[in-house]
Amino acid sequence: MKYFIIVAIFLSTFTLFYKGLKNDPKVVPSNLISKDVPNFSLKDLNGKPFSNQDLSYKGIKIVNFFASWCPPCKIEHEHLVNLSKNYDVYGIVKKDTLDNINLWFKKKGNPYKMIGFDNDGLTSIEWGVYGLPETFIISKSGKIIYRHIGPITENNIDKIVDIIDSSL
Amino acid sequence: MRILFIFFAIFVKSSLVLSVEPDEILSDLNLEKRAKIIGEQLRCLVCQNEDIQNSNADVAKDLRRLVRKLLNEGKTNKDIIKYVHQRYGDFVLFSPPVRFDTIALWLTPLIFIFVLFFIFFRKR
Repeated sequence: MKYFIIVAIFLSTFTLFYKGLKNDPKVVPSNLISKDVPNFSLKDLNGKPFSNQDLSYKGIKIVNFFASWCPPCKIEHEHLVNLSKNYDVYGIVKKDTLDNINLWFKKKGNPYKMIGFDNDGLTSIEWGVYGLPETFIISKSGKIIYRHIGPITENNIDKIVDIIDSSL
Repeated sequence: MRILFIFFAIFVKSSLVLSVEPDEILSDLNLEKRAKIIGEQLRCLVCQNEDIQNSNADVAKDLRRLVRKLLNEGKTNKDIIKYVHQRYGDFVLFSPPVRFDTIALWLTPLIFIFVLFFIFFRKR
């Protein structure tokens, strides 16, 4: 009996630890899934206001956090350009300059319907963003249904499109 | 011996250096002290074994500024930690909250010690 309890404790602890090993410590789960888009108020490229109200219409929206100084953002850019052909893509650019953004768009194209400048990083905090790039999918009813951490690549674009299409 | 002492002094000194930059520090010393206490309770999301007070990561710096902004607005320590927790979840807290889904986390070590104690030290 004594040895049975020891083995049972060992096995249950081992199982827990083994399961934990499969989690990616770099991926922090979002606390905003199934919640409304957070309140924010930014200025766009032309100085016009861009806020959560602009995302309140009925339709699927993609919100991408990026910056021209972020190399992985450049990797995913062509996928965002492709996504923008079928879906509404919005951008929130973190700590960047208008000149750098315009230069980048001139070379690679602009996939964004609107862009907000998050100069102090506080809007990124409102969304629970901790690195760039991050991409959120917003449902027709204005709830966050998915967060993608890291660049959109050929390996994960299908999953993102599936999630969008299943919520249309 | 003297060289060893110098190395030791440098080591101790460097471990005391915080990542908070001069422009972040609040002029009100009491508020700054509270900001430090809050900062030590919040985990940096990028370098996950560091608190935001001691991390150089960009997000840690933004969180430090947010903590100080909310302190200036008159928020309590509890309000500020709750604000960050709502956005980043349990992961941002060094001490996870006691809830139904986290109770195993708190009780497992106690149960483990109790069972081992019972097995090895009970009277025969």
